[in-house]
Amino acid sequence: MANDVTTAARAAAPGQIFGAEFAYELIRFLGTLALTLLGLTFVTFVIGRVVPIDPVLAVVGDRAMPETYERVRQELGIDLPIYQQFWLYLTKIAEGDFGTSAMTSQPVLHDLFQYFPATLELATAATLIGVLLGIPLGVVAATHQGRLIDHVTRIVGLIGYSIPVFWTGLVGLLVFYAWLGWVAGPGRLDIGYDGLVEPVTGLITIDSLLSVDWDVFKNAIAHLLLPASLLGYLTLAYVSRMTRSFMLTELNQEYILTARAKGMPERRVIWRHALGNIIVPLITVVALSYASLLEGAVLTETVFAWPGLGQYITRSLFNADMNAVLGGTLLIGTIFVCLNVLCDMLYRLLDPRVRP
Amino acid sequence: MSDPILEVENLRVTFPTHRGDVDVVRGVSFSLGRERLGIVGESGSGKSLTGRSIMRLVPPPGRVSATRLALLGHDLLKTSAKEMTRIRGKRIAMILQDPKFSLNPVMKVGHQIEESYRLHADADRGQARGKAIEALSAVRIRDPEAVYHLYPHQLSGGMGQRVMIAMMLMPEPQVLIADEPTSALDVTVQLQVLAILDDLVRERGMSLILISHDLGMVSAFCDRVMIMYAGKAVETINARDLDKVEHPYARGLIASAPRLGDDRPELPVLQRDANWAK
Repeated sequence: MANDVTTAARAAAPGQIFGAEFAYELIRFLGTLALTLLGLTFVTFVIGRVVPIDPVLAVVGDRAMPETYERVRQELGIDLPIYQQFWLYLTKIAEGDFGTSAMTSQPVLHDLFQYFPATLELATAATLIGVLLGIPLGVVAATHQGRLIDHVTRIVGLIGYSIPVFWTGLVGLLVFYAWLGWVAGPGRLDIGYDGLVEPVTGLITIDSLLSVDWDVFKNAIAHLLLPASLLGYLTLAYVSRMTRSFMLTELNQEYILTARAKGMPERRVIWRHALGNIIVPLITVVALSYASLLEGAVLTETVFAWPGLGQYITRSLFNADMNAVLGGTLLIGTIFVCLNVLCDMLYRLLDPRVRP
Repeated sequence: MSDPILEVENLRVTFPTHRGDVDVVRGVSFSLGRERLGIVGESGSGKSLTGRSIMRLVPPPGRVSATRLALLGHDLLKTSAKEMTRIRGKRIAMILQDPKFSLNPVMKVGHQIEESYRLHADADRGQARGKAIEALSAVRIRDPEAVYHLYPHQLSGGMGQRVMIAMMLMPEPQVLIADEPTSALDVTVQLQVLAILDDLVRERGMSLILISHDLGMVSAFCDRVMIMYAGKAVETINARDLDKVEHPYARGLIASAPRLGDDRPELPVLQRDANWAK
């Protein structure tokens, strides 16, 4: 009984040192971000310089005069030793200059600002669909283990995994766009709506809401619905399987028996006590699948002519456009680190056991 | 013995397996008045399942059947699942073995106690909170206001079990089933927790079923002891007459327990007889 007071005192302490804790966390975050990005830049840069492609040729084309070739070569700094080139690249990045894309002749940063919002919009919509449907589906499958609904969920998930998205994409377009006319076709907007709203965030759904343009909003949603549902289906398949397995483990725990013995209705036992305990591992699952969607979904983007990051980076790769590839890689790296930190913060918020 | 509060007659718990049905509890009968009944037996003897089938909490695919299973004359086997949630906690409550696992790790213990009260009483949060703090001091927790805000992992085993007791006694049930309530605790804390449990059960005139494998502990705290072996209640005897027990399994158990001042160089080993399990 003597330790009642000391335990209580320990529990009260974190609040008082929150400020210091926060500063420490911030420094740790910035450190992780800097190190990760440095490593990423280095690896990508070296690969970009070692692969047997000629970045000069990518800029001038194969019919350029030798003088032009030589001039561009010097402008790009290709004649310098590789460590100097790397240093040069780093100092430029520090000034916010990611170089110019050989493919679009635009600054890489400008390109990324244009392509990334399209991916962000698609990935976020897909994740929302996948999570909002996948978690309840997984919970229901777990609580009806071995019964019809469980098998249906399993088969739905299996189909989601195994059928390639370029096929479901094309069939989806055929059925829901060409035949039924329920959704709009490829692209982010019909041509008539293009450029009607001021790009603020680059997310057309958000921008159209900001400028209160319902027509554009509806059209954007109509375009977003099908690709987001198909990508969301993949997320759903993954999230529902993981939810089911986490849930099954949790429902066998003793505290669930305690909750039932207290006379708690089964619905509350499942949705409050059991689900409350799987939120933390679920966050990891969702964050991972969200992050992989944010890299851009090349196949989906291609089928739906969606001007996203996946397409941009893939095309840059084929065109030996190393500035664009490096810029895209750094962006993806930043996203991963940020999502990781966000997860860490959410763990702490939701799981008392990992609170400092 | 007063009027029976709980009547159990020919209770069976069956689990289907690949090789046919297996009876895990095989025709247990007893009746419980306003008293403390100990159920003793080795692992797998069916004592925990007996407790759980009274609460209708045997995990599927297990099946419970009985000629009679009644609480205050009310047939528990015919009770609907919905009505069962009003009986569990409110009329029969259960304390589990290890507070490390039996408390929800992501909820403050205060909220868990409150929840148990609000499931059966029409009370707002403020009232429930006051009740929870009262319940924490009733189990002799010194600083209930602070402990209210702790999470289970911040409690010691003894404190956790006292929280569990507070939580389960909150709606003032008539019957308390304590399933190995002290097995996970340090020996020094065991007596403390048992004393608290004993006081509260006496004070409120509750009936207690104490499930344990510790014959000595059960005989010290209970009025009657039921000895289970291989799914059967082999003998029920008044606790103070324990040394007069007749069943060879129980006799063997008592003989193999060490005693202070023992002059036997070697403790006898229990010789099992296949006939006991028939």
